[in-house]
Amino acid sequence: MTECFIYDAVRTPRGKGRKKDGSLADATPLHLAKTVLSALPTRGNFDSAAIDDVILGCVEPVMEQGANIGRLAAMAAGFDESVPGFQVNRFCSSGLEAVNLAAAKIKAGDADVVIGGGVESMSRVPMGAAGGAWATDPAIAFPTHFVPQGVSADLLATLDGHTRHDVDSFAVESQRRAKQAWDEGRFAKSIVPVLDVIGVTMLAHDEFIRPETTVESLGKLEPSFKVMGENYGFDAVAIQRYPQVEAINHIHHAGNSSGIVDGASAVLLGNEAAGKRLGLTPRARIVTSYSIGTEPCLMLAGPAPSAQKALARAGLTAADIDIWEINEAFASVCLRFMSAMGITHEVTNVNGGAIAMGHPLGATGGMLVGTVLDELERRNLKRGLITLCVGAGMGTTTIIERV
Amino acid sequence: MTIIDYKVEDGCAILTWDEQGQPMNVLNGQSLAELDAGIARAVADDAVKGVVLTSGKQGIFVAGGDLKQIEALGSGPIDAADLLAKTSLVLDQLRRMETCGKPVVAAINGVCLGGGLEVALACHRRIAVDAPHAKIGLPEAGMGLMPGAGGTQRLPRLIGVQASLGLIMTGKQLSPDEALKQGVVHEVVPAEALLASAKRYITEGGSAVQPWDDKRYQVPGGGAESPKFMQTMMGTIAMTHMNTYGNMPSQQAILSSIYEGLGLPMDRAGKVETRYFITLLQDPTARSMLRTLFFSLQECQKGARRPKDVPRTTIKKIGIIGAGLMGQGIAQVSAKVGIDVVLLDRDQASADRGKERVASTLQRALEKGRTTQAKMDALLARIHATASYADLAGCDLVVEAVFEDRGIKATVTKAAEAVLGPDAVFATNTSGLPITGLAEASARPENFIGMHFFSPVERMQMVEVIMGEKTSQATLAKAWDFILAIKKAAIVVNDSPGFYTSRVFGTFITEGNQLLLEGVAPALIENAAKLAGMPMPPLSISDQVGLGTMHKVAQQAKKDHEAAGKEWKPSPAQGVIAKLIETYDRWGAYPPPKDDGTPRTPGGFYEYDGKTKRIWPELESALAEFIAQDAPQPTGDEVRQRYLFTQCLEAARCLEQGVITDVRDGDVGVIMAVGFPAFTGGPFTFIDNYGVAKFVADADALAAKYGERFSPPGLLRKMADEGKTFY
Repeated sequence: MTECFIYDAVRTPRGKGRKKDGSLADATPLHLAKTVLSALPTRGNFDSAAIDDVILGCVEPVMEQGANIGRLAAMAAGFDESVPGFQVNRFCSSGLEAVNLAAAKIKAGDADVVIGGGVESMSRVPMGAAGGAWATDPAIAFPTHFVPQGVSADLLATLDGHTRHDVDSFAVESQRRAKQAWDEGRFAKSIVPVLDVIGVTMLAHDEFIRPETTVESLGKLEPSFKVMGENYGFDAVAIQRYPQVEAINHIHHAGNSSGIVDGASAVLLGNEAAGKRLGLTPRARIVTSYSIGTEPCLMLAGPAPSAQKALARAGLTAADIDIWEINEAFASVCLRFMSAMGITHEVTNVNGGAIAMGHPLGATGGMLVGTVLDELERRNLKRGLITLCVGAGMGTTTIIERV
Repeated sequence: MTIIDYKVEDGCAILTWDEQGQPMNVLNGQSLAELDAGIARAVADDAVKGVVLTSGKQGIFVAGGDLKQIEALGSGPIDAADLLAKTSLVLDQLRRMETCGKPVVAAINGVCLGGGLEVALACHRRIAVDAPHAKIGLPEAGMGLMPGAGGTQRLPRLIGVQASLGLIMTGKQLSPDEALKQGVVHEVVPAEALLASAKRYITEGGSAVQPWDDKRYQVPGGGAESPKFMQTMMGTIAMTHMNTYGNMPSQQAILSSIYEGLGLPMDRAGKVETRYFITLLQDPTARSMLRTLFFSLQECQKGARRPKDVPRTTIKKIGIIGAGLMGQGIAQVSAKVGIDVVLLDRDQASADRGKERVASTLQRALEKGRTTQAKMDALLARIHATASYADLAGCDLVVEAVFEDRGIKATVTKAAEAVLGPDAVFATNTSGLPITGLAEASARPENFIGMHFFSPVERMQMVEVIMGEKTSQATLAKAWDFILAIKKAAIVVNDSPGFYTSRVFGTFITEGNQLLLEGVAPALIENAAKLAGMPMPPLSISDQVGLGTMHKVAQQAKKDHEAAGKEWKPSPAQGVIAKLIETYDRWGAYPPPKDDGTPRTPGGFYEYDGKTKRIWPELESALAEFIAQDAPQPTGDEVRQRYLFTQCLEAARCLEQGVITDVRDGDVGVIMAVGFPAFTGGPFTFIDNYGVAKFVADADALAAKYGERFSPPGLLRKMADEGKTFY
């Protein structure tokens, strides 16, 4: 089988996903995607005609993000018209899945150079815009015990016995690490500032971070999913699926859940020969990737099973991974993942995560690949594992290894 | 035509629905065919401008679908394709009617329910008579069914999804005024103006186009593409799931029918509804509920098993001994139907207090507009509170509702019989003391019978009648006559400790205790009971009933044992209760005051904090000596199965032992009296639907794992061997 290498990885900074004050709210998702895509041939100094495909993850692929933003963004980026594109949706791991699909095409020998990444403008195309059957079609909502994701996160914490203090402490540490990482310029290698049409910088840093956050300040926040759970029947639905639970402990809020932000990511992948042909230096190889389905009501317990499966398929164990990246969708997801894998926070999300910097749904997976790769290089370590929990009960994992 | 008469008046075809020889008009193949023919004839007649559809039945328009036909359909294998074709014919007929080009007016002269309303919804105008009894609605959901003649499609398009869900999901029946307010009908007029108003709509050129056939039509409140509709669906699904525990296919089918059908043109939408309607016939739930909660309950309400050769008696005057909660309730329901009541207690003050409680119950009803001052005064005037047994003279029947104590019951039996006439029936209200034993205090054991009422008597429809060994058929007949007079339903059972309903219910509580002892998490014990469809879980019930009550029973047993010179060993469950009371002073949700009169804090298996309650956090550590530690936890489904099986097995034992003699009584009784899950159709129907052989095999497996109480009785084994079913 052909090896697949990562040659480059870029991302936009993450803007607050709010129309009133988000710095990227006046940039269309097409513009965000164009920004990261066009950066790759420029940075690598190669002709875009060498690119065999562009795969972009997007979770709300409607309105401005609809109708195959993969191809539209490739054209907007000024790529050669021979470069096709498509959009994938595996909810929160879409960006990582795009990378995995790109790698699979290369490993299979069907492509030489593919870009995988993602885009999400949560300010312009709000969460839920794509509708979907899960919450509203009785044929799927009843048998799967549909509850909103936040209720699942609180259920997860309840089952694991995590307290408000546990999740808030995790969140504060994420903020501290993100601040330190930015202060030390650890993200600099991958960040592509977003410029507007007249060339003025719209945003060059992650603007969601609140480094002043403390456990005390978080303590003042009301739980976000309590009303939804208790007044609209969702707690009861979850408890019918998990009858050992007497009551759901609502501990997640805006401060210990991922932030709503705008952003895009792109990872340049290719085989060895193409890299040589284009004069690119491989930075890492894609070891393996795996996506898995888990119980949908609990929804967010997929990362550990997908990681275990990926490790096993690669003939590795947890001890072989140097740094871990678990998307901070909700603090309880990370706490469960670390305990299930038997790892510490020391080696996990070492530069903070989505609680501090935000989670631009479809873009995040691609961003995390770059973040882990940069950090492996900075620390001169070998292997990293990237995983995300995924809506409707899934998990996606990718293992990369420096070369 | 034999059902729907056709005549022309003032340029209007008047179609009068009047099925001869039937008390009500119902929707069936014949009536629909005649309706179709009538519409076709009116359309063909150039002299006719429009159609008025009304009924020849006093106070009834069309009362619904033919439930017998539906039950018959559901009892055998179903040819879904054939049924789809047949039902599609109905929908096509109604569609033809609403697109016939001439206005069709429903002149709703009375009750308009189910299929009746569905026909009316396919008319262009609905005018209802101004009479509160003329109920309008789609009650199918209450019987585990759903509207099947376009109701789930036309009503949401007429009044909006949210409002229609409020009616269809609950089966709510509206008065004409309420129906007008909700937009279900266009006009409410006095009876004498009904036909004239209907004709006026036609002669004044009323529209012959349904709102949804108008090009500019939008579903009120938002159609299938609207965010509002999505929110409504999401919220309603969650609330429905919460309330039904996923046990009611009809509720899900209604939601699916609306969800999938709303965005379609009416011609296509009906087929979506039909498919879901047929899924309800393919599943045993609807036909089981229909059989038990409609047909079998009706028998219990009509006295189908009252001895037929004993002439009916009119109960004019009854006595009630014991003016407590049960006595008050029985007094209220009796006086309400015009029976004179002598309410007797050990002193005048107690008797008066009992009557005052009835008065305050009625006062609350008055404040809520459920009765009138005149009715309330008349009712109370019929209740005579007294402490004198002499006042019982002339009573046709006496109900004794004193404390569950053999000695007291014997004393009042003798005192009452001293003044009663030779034919008077003496009924004892007990939840479990054997009647034959109690009858030993009676000089006329043939007149002595058990009458197990359920609390609150005003609301609980069911009475369990218990035959003592010597109870006569005449006494049974008279007991029936009283029960029918107070508009209750009854099942008749034979004597046995706990009779039938308490025996079955008792196994549920026992199973809850057993699970606790096994070390199953209290939350799981409680939640799985709700998943099984029980209205209240076992530990909650214990707290509500009061741990003291149970403790007292155990203490009495201890005394009895010691008096008989036998050694007393409490069961583990009794040990749990004793520990909670004696060591932790926990008496339940409504604890009695302490000996010095100071009130106790409520608390038992649960902690109570105003409106909320949580399992007492120390429960498992406090009961550590009784509870298995670190026990493996079963799944919710396993616990659910144990709850249902233990009750079904006890019901089967009761049948085997002759405590009950009729499975219909058995099914109705426990659903109506002690909250056995209605969606099952009752324990016998449950076993039938489960498959007798599979039930026996699974019960054996449970017995091997959890004990002899799950061992199936011989009756079931024999049925399994012979391939028999209860129905």
